[in-house]
Parts: sequence; C-alpha cells; structure tokens
Amino acid sequence: MATVTIDKAAPTRKVKYGSMSRDRTWALRWSYFFLVIFAIFSLTPPIYMLITSLKSSAEISAATNPWWVFHPTLENYLGLLTSNQFLRFFWNSAIVSIFVVTITMLISVPAAFALARMRFWGSAVLATGVFLTYLIPETLLFIPLFKMFAVIGDWTGIQLINRWYVLLILYPTLTVPFCTWIMIGYFASIPKELDEAAIIDGASWIQTLTRIFIPVAFPGIIAATIFAFTVSWAQFLYPLVFTTSTDQLVMPVGIITTLIKGDVFNWGQIMTGALLGAAPPLIIYAFLMDYYIAGLTAGATKG
Amino acid sequence: MADVTLRKVVKRYDEVEAVRGIDLDIADHEFVVLVGPSGCGKSTTLRMIAGLEDISDGDIMIGGDVVNDVPPKDRDIAMVFQNYALYPHMTVAENMSFGLRLKRYPKAEIKSRIDEAARMLDIVELVDRKPKQLSGGQRQRVAMGRAIVRNPKVFLFDEPLSNLDAKLRVQMRIEIKKVHQKVRTTTVYVTHDQVEAMTLADRVVVMNHGRIEQIGTPNELYHKPATKFVASFIGSPAMNFMPCRLEDVAGKLHVRLTDRLAFPLPLARAVRYQNIPRTEKLLLGLRPEHVTEAKPHLQPGVETFETVLDVTEPMGMETLIYFTMEGSQVCGRVNPNADAHDGAPLRLAVDLNNMHLLNEVTGVVL
Repeated sequence: MATVTIDKAAPTRKVKYGSMSRDRTWALRWSYFFLVIFAIFSLTPPIYMLITSLKSSAEISAATNPWWVFHPTLENYLGLLTSNQFLRFFWNSAIVSIFVVTITMLISVPAAFALARMRFWGSAVLATGVFLTYLIPETLLFIPLFKMFAVIGDWTGIQLINRWYVLLILYPTLTVPFCTWIMIGYFASIPKELDEAAIIDGASWIQTLTRIFIPVAFPGIIAATIFAFTVSWAQFLYPLVFTTSTDQLVMPVGIITTLIKGDVFNWGQIMTGALLGAAPPLIIYAFLMDYYIAGLTAGATKG
Repeated sequence: MADVTLRKVVKRYDEVEAVRGIDLDIADHEFVVLVGPSGCGKSTTLRMIAGLEDISDGDIMIGGDVVNDVPPKDRDIAMVFQNYALYPHMTVAENMSFGLRLKRYPKAEIKSRIDEAARMLDIVELVDRKPKQLSGGQRQRVAMGRAIVRNPKVFLFDEPLSNLDAKLRVQMRIEIKKVHQKVRTTTVYVTHDQVEAMTLADRVVVMNHGRIEQIGTPNELYHKPATKFVASFIGSPAMNFMPCRLEDVAGKLHVRLTDRLAFPLPLARAVRYQNIPRTEKLLLGLRPEHVTEAKPHLQPGVETFETVLDVTEPMGMETLIYFTMEGSQVCGRVNPNADAHDGAPLRLAVDLNNMHLLNEVTGVVL
C-alpha cells in the first residue's frame, strides 16, 4: 500500500520542484555527452595501437579494414621481448626513472618543508622562484645545457654526454621544482599547531619532518612520486639530444631510433613498444590512484 | 613544578605592539586564566611563555630561570591547543608517548605513565584508536593526556574548549578542574569566555589591548572591578551602566539618573563618594541581579521606582527584563513569579549597597 502512495505522489513532486531536477538532468546529460567525447578522443589512439600491434607487417600494409585484426599474431611482442636491445632500453628507462624519483624526493621533500615551515629571510621569494623555474621549457634549455656539459667534459675530462647517467642530472631540473611545489602546498595544508605540538614535545626540525610531516603528507608524497616517475619515464627531448649510442638509450628514444630505419617504419613493433612502454606508469597509477587523488585534492578536504 | 614570572614583557610585530609590557607573577600550583576579547594579546602572551613566539622586550622566568632564549623543548612545558593538534597518523597511546619516546624514556616507564594518565582522563579503552575515530571531547582528553604524561613544570592551555559544543564545554571544564586538583601543576589557561575564566581560575588576568586591566580572584573581579572594561567583561548578562551625577538633596548625598529620578545613597557609599565633585560626569554601574522587582519590605539602601519594560526573557529560574533609562538599555533579573510582561509597567528595586560609580571619561571605578 505504502509503495502505491509514494508512486502516486512522485509525479506531483516532480512537477512542483521541476526546475531543480530538470536543471540537474540537463547538467548530467551534458556531462555524459562531453565525457563520452573525451573518452573516445583519448582511448582511440591506444586501441588503434593495440590493434596494430597484433598484426603482422604484411597485414598492416594490406588494404583491409584497419580497425580489425584478421590474422592476430604475437610476433611483434615476441620480437621485442626477445630483443636484447629493446630490453636494454627498458632497463635504462627503469634505472633512470627509479634514480630520478629517488633524487627528486630526497631534494624536494626537505626543500618543501623548509620553504613551507621554516620562516627564513627570502623563503617566500624562493618558493615562487622554484615554481618559476618549472615554467621554463626544456626546448629553451637543451642547447645551453649541452654546451655546458661539453665544456665540463673539456675542462675536467668527465664525459657526461652520451652516458645514460647524464639524465640523472637533467631530469631533476624538471621534476624537482614541480614536486617541491606540490609538497609546499601539501605541507601548508597541515595545521601549524601540529609542528608546534611536536616542537613542544621536544622534536627537532628533522624529527618533525620525518616523524610527523612525511607520514601525514604521505598521499602528497605519492602524488609527487607518480609525477616524477611519469616525467622521467616519458621524457623525450633530453635523451634524444644527450644520448646517441644504442646501449645508452632510454625507451622512448630507443624505439624511434632503432625501429625506424630510414623511411621504413616498423609500425607493428613501434606500436608494441609504445604499448609496453606505457604499461609501467599505467600499473603504478592503477595501484596508487586513490593516494594520487587524495594528494591532488589535499587542503580541500582537510577537516 | 614551578612558578612563572613575566617582567615587562613586550611583543612587537613590525609596527604593531600586540603585548605592551606585562608584569605577572604566577605561583607554583596556581591555575591562572588569561581572559579578554580577541586581539587582546592573551594568546600571544601564552605563546611567548611556551617559546613559540620570541619576546621583543622584557623577561620570562620559569622556576626562577630566565627562559627568553631557551627553545620550547627545554622549557619543560606542555601545551594543549584549541584544535587539539593530535598527530593524525599515530594512535592515542603513540600520541601521548611521542614526547617521552623522543627523550628515550624506558618503555616500562612510558607505559605506566600512559596508563595512569588514561585512567585519570577515562580514555583507557581508546588508547589504540586513531584521532580520526574519536569525538571532539575525547580528542581534547587525549590532548590533555599528552600534556600530563610529560609531567612538565607548567601546563599551557590555548582556548582548549572553543571547538566543543556548549554542553561538552561545561563537562570538560569540570574535567580540567579535576585534573588540576589531582596533578597540581602550575597552569596558564587562555580563553575569551569569561564563564570559563571565572569557573576555572584561582586568579583571573583580564587583558585588553595588550595590557593587563586587572588581576584578581574571580570574586574580586566580579565584585570589585577596577575599570569599566572589567566590569562589563565579567558577568553575564553584563553590568548596566547609566549616566548619572552626584547631588546633595536636603543634606543627603543622592545619585541623580534623570530629572525625575534620584536615589539617596546608603551611608557607607555616601561616605565613600563624598569628595567627588558634584559636576563630574559619572556612570552608575549595577549588575542585573541588583535590579529586581520591588518587595514589600525594603532593606536599607534599596530604592524603588516605576518603569515600563521593553522586553522580558523568561529563563525558568528567573526572568530577565530589559527597559530603557535615559537612552541606555538596562537589564534586570526578577523572580519568575513577578508580574513582568513585554511592554507592561513594573515597580523595580535597585540595591545601591552593591552599586559601582565610574568616571564616565576614564572608565575607572571610583
């Protein structure tokens, strides 16, 4: 009986408060419309890559429907995963990214703590300055940097150009400012009383950082870590400029330089390589997504 | 435990003087409350005692030692913050033991101290929870526990109850008083709530504009305020102030409120105010409980008059009445059985034995 009454009442309510729910319905329709467009736009390339990676070279160049695999094959995957060269690129990328993430966090977390909490002369200017350096594009920097390393090589005999470890110096110029900036924002959202309580409890600055701030700001640190990893994993310009020998190359550059021979594009393997290269960040995002979002929305949700 | 002494303590922020030379002696075991409106410098004073703010001038002594340049951790103080400032990633027990663990106390000692404090604060079953899982009142208890386990020389409380709802505030007020009765640690407590100040303090320090207006026991402040600020700040509803002047009528000293209304002063008051010039502009200060309904048998010094009420507020145990006298609103407290109604006339009595006379210009109580 009760259900019947509610069913009868429902339409009248809808009419009465119609404008509110109508607005809401339309807002939802529009958001779905744009979200679907966005999803198509961003998912089409990887799907096309996946389709192509499952085709043989002959099928790729054949005039059949490019959106369908008629003779699926794993030969591209087997070819890359058994190629020492490709595994070398993958290994180089992994080593560089892990080192860069570590270096970045070791610099930016203490830097952010100092800039956010230890009031010293010029700290505000410095904090802004850190962010400004992030705004300078690498396209502007790579020539002077190349020249700089060449000069250092001439003067000291330390050869940095065409060595994978030169990237450990280059990538942090991109990751440190941004990660520092993220962490400044995150640390600033931690109530001032928390470090005052720690100070009164007898903690030094270092102890306040390691025992209070890092655990409390852990989501922010995860977000910064993911960012640093993504940047160093996907970076293209610097490794293209600074490394040339195939044993020094990281994956993005390696794929391009070894799988394009003159005007011959080995599309199947290029697509496979790109997909395999995209896998690590995807896996990391999948596992740390919740932390990442919590890190990005810090401050907004702090009660 | 120790006494705390402030000597001409000044705090300047660039051009602004937040604290303008404060002298204060807090005895061992004493519970002192700093009270005043926001921006009066009470919190700054507390933070200077804690060492969280540098002092611009003067000296702060804890247990006889000047601590001006001693960092907070070496002052042997514990502080309870308004927003609790519990470490969110630690359990209650870890929160309470953090300071002791930093100082590398033996585990057994830490455990026994936590147990004792938890029992005292009735949070034994909460020690393994995280702050997120606690209610506001429980968090405040944990924050107090964190202070107690340190067994410091001085407790500092910075508006600890302001984030709690009214009912819980009353409860926690009593808790704090009980804790102090047990541990007897010297305590400095900051609040803007005069009821908290009156109920908790051995002595209350009323501050205004970075200066101390008056120091005294709650009763002294209530019954013998030194200035208009103290008189109006302490007590709720606040003291009434009515413009008046003194006048001699037929050889007796009267206080004249309006052209038609003047009250003869009781003998003790007449003697006390005898030498005030009759032309001086004065304020008559009367607490609401001294403005009541007229009773058939009047005590000496109690005078009656007729007025028309503006508004009445029945509170149950009493009724608050508001009426206007020469442009200023006056509040009185009458028996709920008195015939007090909005807009109705009522015969009132004022108890001049408890009157205050203030200089209208300087605000000093005469």
